[in-house]
Amino acid sequence: MNDITKEHLLDLFDKGFRYDGRKFDEYREISVEYGISSRSAEGSARVKIGRTEVLAGVKMEISEPYPDNPDEGTIMVNAELLPLSNPDFESGPPGIEAIELSRVVDRAIREGKALNFKKLCIKKGEKMWIVMIDIYPVNDDGNLFDAASLAAMAALKDSKFPKVQDEKVNYKETSNEKLPLERLPLSCTIYKIGSHFVVDPCIEEESAVDSRLTVGVLENGELCSLQKGGDHGLTPDDIDNMVEIAIKKTKEIRKAL
Amino acid sequence: MVYEKRLDGRKFDELRPVEAKVGVVDRAAGSAMFKIGKTIAIAAVYGPRQLYPQVFQNPVAGVLRCNYNMLAFSGSGERVRPGPSRRSKEISLVIEKALLPLLDLSNYAGAVVDVFIELIQTDAGTRCAGICAASMALADAGIPMKDLVSSVAVGRVGGKVVLDLSKEEEDYEGHATDIATAFSTRIGQVTLLQMDGEVSKEELKKALELAKKGCEKIKDIQVKALKERYVGGLNE
Repeated sequence: MNDITKEHLLDLFDKGFRYDGRKFDEYREISVEYGISSRSAEGSARVKIGRTEVLAGVKMEISEPYPDNPDEGTIMVNAELLPLSNPDFESGPPGIEAIELSRVVDRAIREGKALNFKKLCIKKGEKMWIVMIDIYPVNDDGNLFDAASLAAMAALKDSKFPKVQDEKVNYKETSNEKLPLERLPLSCTIYKIGSHFVVDPCIEEESAVDSRLTVGVLENGELCSLQKGGDHGLTPDDIDNMVEIAIKKTKEIRKAL
Repeated sequence: MVYEKRLDGRKFDELRPVEAKVGVVDRAAGSAMFKIGKTIAIAAVYGPRQLYPQVFQNPVAGVLRCNYNMLAFSGSGERVRPGPSRRSKEISLVIEKALLPLLDLSNYAGAVVDVFIELIQTDAGTRCAGICAASMALADAGIPMKDLVSSVAVGRVGGKVVLDLSKEEEDYEGHATDIATAFSTRIGQVTLLQMDGEVSKEELKKALELAKKGCEKIKDIQVKALKERYVGGLNE
């Protein structure tokens, strides 16, 4: 991001316009497609927010429960910033951006108690289901956080347990049993650029962001996770504002599920 | 047991249903999706762009760099561990060699053309699907080329030579022979040839003829997808 572009953006914002003509709190068109890898994955989904496209898939394995939670299953969230999706992404092990993205998605699902972990336990202290969610951007045109969170929830919604035969997973057949998905936490990220709050930035706007706040919100409007990012600070008033926008916008995003 | 009828009811020289689309990754210089049966590959091309570190640069021509990757949820069994494996590295290499003979990178000294291939769903023939998608993506990116590359697997299942094996056929009675091929149908050259399993000399000849015919059909679909992308001019 060079200073001239940023100045230009701020100039636009002060006049009440966004880079692509949207309102400050307006999302691009959101679509969800289920079962995009239904032969391979236990559940999968494609989310598009404008030109941003993210895939998420769920694979499940049987493992030994953790000693501190012997009667619970668990989840694992992994995101990889594919170099296919953005000319600035490089091959190699996940960088800090990919790690933050996966942990923010993980936090909303875990702390929002989306899945009933107790129902993922097969035999106390011996066997549990581990639900592995993998997230991949295919085209990064900004706002991967919200697209990833929505894709992960959609993939979980699409998932069915694989069949178990002789204590082993038979991936060739699915049971018709859905995952114990009890709540649907979704993330909305509010970005602060200059003195303006915007949602769903396109890639040009995203590169000008001073700070951001990702808010995990449940169906009833309660919050379940927060993550502040960016190089600038936020005042308590800022946070108030941002949380309010997030609660309002997640209601909209939810309709796409 | 003699293999009288194919497991999915196809004729011995019949491809699985094929779909192709050009322009699936907006940010890339070129991109394409190729689906054969249930195998789905997408490919995106970035570049020509500066290649770092400099030691890898070629002072007289551009460098082609391919990366084949299966998404973690795209395997038929357990989750595929993310990151390069020995298998994916070898496949990346042979894909590079399958595409390179048809490309003219002489104007791109010091630069790299990156091709990223991602498998979303797999059911045998993933490297072939990857090559088909990559070749269309390179054409979409405007990289000079003599011809598209079309690719398909052939093999021997239960004593019969067949075109385009499914995963079920690869696993048939535990010993099917799988031959991955790629053709430039215009120049008449084979640019990929890998075989796992046993065949006689005659069977190999027959298999390659079958592969060539399959590739001709695939090429028609690739060309059609490219034309669809550009009909009425670029829309973006």
